[in-house]
Amino acid sequence: MVRSSLAVLVIDENRIRASIIEAGLREAGHQLVTVIHDVTGIARRIAEIEPDVIVIDLENPNRDMLENMFQLSRAVKRPIAMFVDRSDQASIEAAVDAGVSAYVVDGLRQERVKPILDMAVSRFNAFSRMARELEEARSELESRKVIDRAKGILIKSRGLSEEAAYTLLRKTAMNQNRKISDIAQSLVTAAGLLGPAEDE
Amino acid sequence: MSMRHQITAGFMPLFDSAVLVAASELGFAGSEGVDLTLHRETSWANIRDRIAIGHFDLAHMLGPMPLACNLGLTPLASETIVPFSLGLGGNCVTISNAVWTGMAAHGAEPDLDPARAGAALRAFIRDRAVAGREPLRFAVVHPHSGHNYELRYWLAACGIDPDRAIEIVIVPPPFMADALATGRIDGYCVGEPWNSAAVAAGTGHIVTVKAQIWRNSPEKVIGVRKAWADENPEALAALLRALHHSARWCQDPANHAELAAVMAQPGFLGLPPAVQMPILTGHLQLGGGAELDVDDFFLPFDKAANFPWKSHALWFYTQMVRWGHVAHTPDNLAIARNCYRPDLYRSALKPLGVALPGANAKVEGALKVATAVGATGAGLVLGPDGFFDGQIFDPDEIDAYIARQKSVRTEA
Repeated sequence: MVRSSLAVLVIDENRIRASIIEAGLREAGHQLVTVIHDVTGIARRIAEIEPDVIVIDLENPNRDMLENMFQLSRAVKRPIAMFVDRSDQASIEAAVDAGVSAYVVDGLRQERVKPILDMAVSRFNAFSRMARELEEARSELESRKVIDRAKGILIKSRGLSEEAAYTLLRKTAMNQNRKISDIAQSLVTAAGLLGPAEDE
Repeated sequence: MSMRHQITAGFMPLFDSAVLVAASELGFAGSEGVDLTLHRETSWANIRDRIAIGHFDLAHMLGPMPLACNLGLTPLASETIVPFSLGLGGNCVTISNAVWTGMAAHGAEPDLDPARAGAALRAFIRDRAVAGREPLRFAVVHPHSGHNYELRYWLAACGIDPDRAIEIVIVPPPFMADALATGRIDGYCVGEPWNSAAVAAGTGHIVTVKAQIWRNSPEKVIGVRKAWADENPEALAALLRALHHSARWCQDPANHAELAAVMAQPGFLGLPPAVQMPILTGHLQLGGGAELDVDDFFLPFDKAANFPWKSHALWFYTQMVRWGHVAHTPDNLAIARNCYRPDLYRSALKPLGVALPGANAKVEGALKVATAVGATGAGLVLGPDGFFDGQIFDPDEIDAYIARQKSVRTEA
């Protein structure tokens, strides 16, 4: 089902390609389509349009500028669909699997625009949710818990302050070129084997 | 029998891609068994995205960019590591003729001295504010770039708040000189040849250079998709050896004419060799007829220019924290610490018997003169590496460094 309220911003200096994309979107029921060919003064336009999806030409060197603008306006977490003229099928699939972008090959046809855009949006939503959950789980479990336990062991066994315990872990990690969480894990394991049973 | 390694790499049309380009074009990659395919890109975002989706195995990258990828600051980024640095220095700060006139009225001299130029700029900005004129607009190439962080460092150390006293925008490198000429920006920080281009056009003045803001400071790197590096350790090691030989060749003045001719080809910079000579020789035209020789303006090889110092990554991290790009947490610090990989550099180059530093990190800004340091293999000379304001960055004292910078007094 098409949400008629989806605002799409198409940024493409290539007018022919932009008009194909625009026609494809309109045919698919997206009425809020804005096409911009020239990025001069675009900040104000983005603020006015508040796009849900941004479609940008990958050949445009102003991508960095636009990306920064989205970041400043906190809109960067919006899906960005990218249309390029030089990709093979495997590249498109890899891109879409990566979750955020859609690539279109040579001979862009308007009827292909909608499914690709839809896929970009849904993949983006799924991906950003998954990435968020993964990130939370990872930092919570892997690092903090183990590091806290390792710090506790150092505080107890060597009489260090919490800060000094962390510094020692960090230094050891740096010297051995390993992650702090790895060092912490080794310490926790070693303490479990050597010392009196640790209170859980 | 020997196995050929296929490696696909992206680069941006900037002179500091030269070590990667020469590795491919002059046979250094081939003699290490690497078939290196290069793709020119149009934006740093494309470089990052195409590594993330596997189009590229590795790429010419902005030094802080792999940190930004790993810290989750940008969408579509995969875990990226840095086993090789492409050089030290190379950037300048260029301003419009109008701003130069205003700064000269406040004591600026064509000597590239960051402190003198900064004091003049600060006085000029104050005048403009009193007159009710809008803030100056400076451009950098990317938020997570050495350019952004060194421009901000310079301004803040001179008492100018880069977030309030001026506006900083993003402009792609090849558009900088045009944007300055048409008045859309008042100044910029970018790598060569995009500063000398404005001077040659008569529309800009170079006021200071990276090499004087922080001598022997880090710039571009080789960013590698970690998943690829884990699966292809031999290919990566072979490439690092090729890059080492290429960098040594690029540094040698006897090869500069040939290097400039290679970079001048349409597929690389597409600019005449003469435009590339300032970065190779350090002899800069500053604008208005002034010229100056800059020591260590750009080093592709000397002074351990290719070693991926963890202290370089950590300095970038402190600046990301300083300007609100990332929160300072133990987890984020650990990510920053694990991003640059001197261990991979060491293991790849060890068989060559070349000089390798004894440590993975160093105190930045501590060497006042060139100094021979403990190293395996042949002797190694580092520095001088001073920050222009005399500050020292000790990677073991990150919390104190961040706290000290928070307390720097600047004018709005």
